[in-house]
Amino acid sequence: MTDSTPAQPQERIIKVDALSRVEGEGGLHVIVENGLVKDVRLAIYEPPRFFEAFLRGRPLEDVPDITARICGICPVAYQMTCVHALEKALKIVVSPEIQTLRRLLYCGEWIESHGVHIHLLHIADFFGCSSSIELARKFPAEVNRGLRLKKIGNRLLEILGGRAVHPVNVAVGGFYRVPKKDELTALLDDLTWGLDAAIETARWIAKFEFPDFDQAYEMVALQNDHEYPMNEGRIASTHDLSIEVEAFEQNFAECQVPHSTALHAMRIPQQTTYFVGPLARVNLNRDRLSRSAFQLSEEVGVRWPCMNPYRSIIARALEVVHAYEEALQIVRNYRSFAPGRISYNAFESEGMAATEAPRGFMFHRYRIDKDGKITFAKIVPPTSQNQRQIEKDLQAILPSLLEQSDEEIALNCEKLIRSYDPCISCSTHFLKLKVERR
Amino acid sequence: MTSELKTKMKEADKPRLAVFKFASCDGCQLQLLSCEDELLTIADRVDIVHFLEASSHIEPGPYDIAIVEGSITTAEDAKRIRRVRDQSKYLLTIGACATAGGIQALKNWGDRSEFLRCVYAEPQYIETLATSTAIGDHVRVDFELRGCPINRHQLLEELRSLLEDRRPKTAAHAVCIDCKLNGTVCVAVASNTACLGPITQSGCGAICPKFDRGCYGCFGPAGQSNCHSLSDWYLEHGIGSKQLVPLLRNFNANAPEFREAGDRVDPTSNPGARL
Repeated sequence: MTDSTPAQPQERIIKVDALSRVEGEGGLHVIVENGLVKDVRLAIYEPPRFFEAFLRGRPLEDVPDITARICGICPVAYQMTCVHALEKALKIVVSPEIQTLRRLLYCGEWIESHGVHIHLLHIADFFGCSSSIELARKFPAEVNRGLRLKKIGNRLLEILGGRAVHPVNVAVGGFYRVPKKDELTALLDDLTWGLDAAIETARWIAKFEFPDFDQAYEMVALQNDHEYPMNEGRIASTHDLSIEVEAFEQNFAECQVPHSTALHAMRIPQQTTYFVGPLARVNLNRDRLSRSAFQLSEEVGVRWPCMNPYRSIIARALEVVHAYEEALQIVRNYRSFAPGRISYNAFESEGMAATEAPRGFMFHRYRIDKDGKITFAKIVPPTSQNQRQIEKDLQAILPSLLEQSDEEIALNCEKLIRSYDPCISCSTHFLKLKVERR
Repeated sequence: MTSELKTKMKEADKPRLAVFKFASCDGCQLQLLSCEDELLTIADRVDIVHFLEASSHIEPGPYDIAIVEGSITTAEDAKRIRRVRDQSKYLLTIGACATAGGIQALKNWGDRSEFLRCVYAEPQYIETLATSTAIGDHVRVDFELRGCPINRHQLLEELRSLLEDRRPKTAAHAVCIDCKLNGTVCVAVASNTACLGPITQSGCGAICPKFDRGCYGCFGPAGQSNCHSLSDWYLEHGIGSKQLVPLLRNFNANAPEFREAGDRVDPTSNPGARL
């Protein structure tokens, strides 16, 4: 949906009223004056939902169920980040068994969320299709393989959490109920098939044609000496940053910009943009990918670290391979255990944590009163961190597109935006854009 | 179903289906994409002409079937839902946001300007209503699917019933009965856990008690649920209002039965604001 408003002879306004195949809803607004790109705004008309306000006064036990509702595509990411933050506040140390089961749950969400993005939202762009339904007519075997890959992720979430969207089993301190061994081993055949299918998928995707668009990004992700990062690690960047999660707010800030659409995240004090997501994770943790995923990363013809956002889909495909391989290993070695949940007493305290949502780094901080009620909540989701970077990318790419029709420009901008897998509903902070016509 | 829609079904051309989103998490729309085995079959039986999450192919109305996710929280959305209604023959709302206002309806008990200041440094740029309300509070709705999130089997059944011109088979009994049918031990009786099963509509598969926890009401009030009696029973059995009120006020806080029950147990707070 585009329209062009000939306001003044030299002025050209390109609007994409409704971005499609992204999670949540948003638009794009570009102003070109005298052949120069004057302004680019990623417009988000996702209404604010005030999670951080209404969490106050709630019992801390409610936080995993409530924050899950920020995003139906990555509810586990919110549940994982908040339980780790609350456990830090209450000085709860969970057992290695609980940590492993949480990784398995996160594997399920990465498989499901990456599966949705790769097959249902993104691949269509590489073949000039408007949807995966149209794509399925050209590549029925590949699309069906993708749907089955995603479905197994959903199955894993259902076994561990009762359902794939807003699972009910995550608690502060662990799990409400620990699964029995045979519940998980029932998935072994599917996981074995999935690992091979994920490898084939990654090989297929690596052969797509990608535009040249390398940028000097600062990529940010958790980094961990022992494992590919999900729930634990230091905050690292491709610009040699390596800090404890507790130092996040001294190095990163969100600020509200007039006439813009979100709390924009930036590095401080330098006030620069940064990039989070699967590509940042692979760049910073490639040697900790599972065996098959690492091997594939060598084969796929990408020079690492990769600074081309269009190739994020390759990183996503490698992570699906990793998630299948790790899930397979966890399920094979799994023994049911007790206690599934570490007990605790509430006291006045504060805690923060960061985890890796499918779309990238996420940070939460909470304060609790002596009765176990939330008195303060701060949630920094991945998309609000990437938004400023996306706008900067659009500014960089637009000059090369100006010869094209508005329709083509809009399509090319959308493709760039989609390569980030933006999850606009997770925008606890996105605002409505006021369109300014000059 | 309207007679026009029936006629359309009999004709060779496929009904035009559109999906619209208001304030929500996208999880209910995602259930449509999670119908892996059925997705391509459905796509053959309808023309999906507006589904931003899934397709960049967009056509203007009118629509035969509009699926609406999300609640109304801005003045612009209150206008937009009227435009959607005007263009749609059959309007189906999906999920707790669309049918009751969702978790964001918790702001109905808060102070709007204080909420704005809490989240945004410069609240003057934000446009928001004081309330989050159900789609049915604004326009006529033909059918509601409950749940946070909805159950994808119920969504498929509703779509199939529309295409086959019959009534959908969706249960309206309390989820408490499903636990009995599943043989799940009652968490309220066995471990004195506050559970909303007796007053919550069936549809989720009674998963919470299977995971050793009480139902938190994500499918909203069941028909003829006696919320007062259940909350009195819990209060008499040592589950205090500090536990009961947040339980009644979550994903379906603004569903009338839950709203009244919560406000009755907690007369000290402001009652939940309505449209």
